[in-house]
Amino acid sequence: MSEIVTFTIDGRRISAEAGQTILAAAQACGIYIPRLCHKDGLTPVGGCRVCTVRVNGRPASACTQPVAAGIVVDNDTEELRSWRRQIVEMLFVEGNHFCMFCEKSGNCELQALAYRFGITAPRYPYLWPKRDVDASHPDIILDRNRCIMCGRCERTSRDLDGKSVFGFVERGIHKTLAVNADARLADTDLDLTDQAVNACPVGAILKKRTAYRTPVGQRQFDREPIGTSVETRAKLTIDGGEPR
Amino acid sequence: MSESSIGRVVEEVAREFGRERWRLMDIARGVQQRLGCVNSQAMDAIASWLNISRVEVEGFVTFYSFLSKEPKGRIVIRLCDDVIDQMAGYEEVRRGFEAALGISLGQTTPDGAFTLERTACIGMCDQGPAALVNDVVVTNLSSDKARNIVRSLRENPRPERLVQRFGSGNNAHPLVRSMVENNIRKAGPIVFSEQARGEAIRKAVAIRPAEVIRAIKTARLRGRGGAGFPAGMKWEFARAAEGSPKYVICNADEGEPGTFKDRVLLTEMPDRVFAGLTIAGYAIGASEGIVYLRAEYAYLRRYLEHILDRRRADGLLGQKICGKAGFNFDIRIQMGAGAYICGEETALINSCEGRRGEPRTRPPFPAQRGYLDCPTVVNNVETLACVTRIMEAGPATFCEHGTPQSSGTKLLSVSGDCSLPGVYEVPMGITLRDVLEMCGADEAAAVQVGGPSREMVGPAQYGRTIDYDDLATGGAVLVFGPDRSIPKIVSAFMDFFVHESCGECTPCRVGTRLIKEQIDRILAGRGEPKDIDELLQLGETIKQTSRCGLGQASPNPVLMTIKGFRHVYEELVSPDPHGYQRSFDLTESVREAERIAGRRSIHHREVRT
Repeated sequence: MSEIVTFTIDGRRISAEAGQTILAAAQACGIYIPRLCHKDGLTPVGGCRVCTVRVNGRPASACTQPVAAGIVVDNDTEELRSWRRQIVEMLFVEGNHFCMFCEKSGNCELQALAYRFGITAPRYPYLWPKRDVDASHPDIILDRNRCIMCGRCERTSRDLDGKSVFGFVERGIHKTLAVNADARLADTDLDLTDQAVNACPVGAILKKRTAYRTPVGQRQFDREPIGTSVETRAKLTIDGGEPR
Repeated sequence: MSESSIGRVVEEVAREFGRERWRLMDIARGVQQRLGCVNSQAMDAIASWLNISRVEVEGFVTFYSFLSKEPKGRIVIRLCDDVIDQMAGYEEVRRGFEAALGISLGQTTPDGAFTLERTACIGMCDQGPAALVNDVVVTNLSSDKARNIVRSLRENPRPERLVQRFGSGNNAHPLVRSMVENNIRKAGPIVFSEQARGEAIRKAVAIRPAEVIRAIKTARLRGRGGAGFPAGMKWEFARAAEGSPKYVICNADEGEPGTFKDRVLLTEMPDRVFAGLTIAGYAIGASEGIVYLRAEYAYLRRYLEHILDRRRADGLLGQKICGKAGFNFDIRIQMGAGAYICGEETALINSCEGRRGEPRTRPPFPAQRGYLDCPTVVNNVETLACVTRIMEAGPATFCEHGTPQSSGTKLLSVSGDCSLPGVYEVPMGITLRDVLEMCGADEAAAVQVGGPSREMVGPAQYGRTIDYDDLATGGAVLVFGPDRSIPKIVSAFMDFFVHESCGECTPCRVGTRLIKEQIDRILAGRGEPKDIDELLQLGETIKQTSRCGLGQASPNPVLMTIKGFRHVYEELVSPDPHGYQRSFDLTESVREAERIAGRRSIHHREVRT
């Protein structure tokens, strides 16, 4: 059994296993730290920065930062909420996101976080990039307009499916999701049963012919806002109190 | 070229590097050199030879500026467009090349002979405008020279023939043969002191590794790349770390615009740098060292290989170095391929392993798990030169220079509006005023100390000192005269960060672009007073939330200049007289509709009245 350490998050003392990330430790205690590029079961990379917290005053991504005895973590402060809002707004203007036409609406983590943060419209001007849609695959559609570069599909395909169907090309603002073929998704060995198909937090990777099986209004985050499932879990803070 | 012959080329190159996945950089560079690009078939072949996915190869090739999927001209002219070169006449030079070649920037001539591109700082700010013609550096360019270069290359397509007169020092060495000038304006007592080849290593191996580390700690040597981490402590972590083998890497990827001192150090003092790397290897228990040399300095490679060979012949590299049983150490040069981010040590390690130059998650730190997941130390070129001097002359002599917190000397790369641009070795703690006096910058209105990542200071602050307590710097000192527009400089700096962001994290990838657009809107006369505070907020968020040092530093041009020169911005922004939102360009927005309708919108009349 690994060592147990205690630390403080938003003024509440909680315990965790040494080596656990702050995000995982908080989650186990019913404290939700928003995130987009991390998904349970994947190796965290700290790319989207939505899970930024302050650890002993220094900003760090909660999905990659391991817990340590006695650290003081700030998670739900006005400053951090403001940073997270801005990062989500950056993601909205970076791509071409039209929730009202998007099949993912209601199941989309980006949209759900925007609701959680009270974002009605991004403060930044849209960048309106020109991006490709790849509908070549018989069962799966890839719409790069909605890609937020989280890399969940890349890691899932490589580490869980053992396939490496996805990867990124170019760099900086020109970074683009690519597939393991000359151009088309149809030329990869992506299969409908691959876990990577379900890895996308937004509507960039979608299963064909399933879009409106669940009507809008009855979807995952329509029923239960993002983070709620973590926050309604038993509170396991040492002093038993509610996180502030 | 047919598919089978592409396959043969890839096979040959892949075999040369043992078909090792972590030699992807060398393999991709080799293929690029032979085929002029790494095209689709070549990527397929590389993937299959290295047993990795094709998309991984594509991700790698498209990450680096000097690698290309698309065919390039047989001669690639890369014009350096950093802000200092722009001040020196980049635009005219560009137009000169474009006119002579009949193409625009970014294009290739129809006959496939030439490609003309822009590139970030190539480390020649003291002799710009400059360009790379394949690997050959051409300096002090003008529009006429651009035309002459194209004419010469059309007559004889060998870029090395462009060099008619050699530069100073080893630039004239038969293995360099470059027109680059050293411009060493002030040689100080540490880095540029007289060399005693072999002495430092002999002294190091005569004592125990822990004692070598103690000497470096006693000298209080801190990293010269700019971050200033204590070198001895870094070594101690790596020495104590479990795992073997261990590696030491020399970071010769100076890419901060306005920095070129490592280029001069590698040209004139390579033995001192290699000795430092060897001593680092001895101290932490490594048997292999790597020099990560930026692609822009490829012209120095043959010469540096020659110096390494000479060191092997002299028993300063190889088995039982200086007779020390059990101390075996060698150095290889790893070329980069054009990515500023690879100056960040974990991105550099990824690049050495043949991966995209994206910074790694920390922890683990390189000293614990670095190159090939082994304990690794990465030191700057100048830091290693200091190591050698500390072993030669002792820590006490080293500490005679500089300040208690910042011992020794610092190399500065001075460029811009001054009469004596070049390299200066100055004691740590020197005032900026003294530096400006030395380099003949009588009219400096602003000085960027440390390059775009750091701070711009105005005349009221010229009493500040260059050291780790005040103006910490990797060495770039960019001088701007009274006629320069600070927001334009900032726009150029932001252009650099947009271009060089790796794209891994949101704030740096998107935020730098948003800053750049907002600055340009202000420069175009469409700024509003609230823009200034919005820029500050956006900049602060990028600084606090970015994943690596590059991202965290990327908003500095804006944050630092608003802090020090807010009035310059305030003069450029004003509320719209009609109460409109100035950032919204109505004329631009209706242009497409006007084109379709075939007439001008009535708004042109209404806005004017």
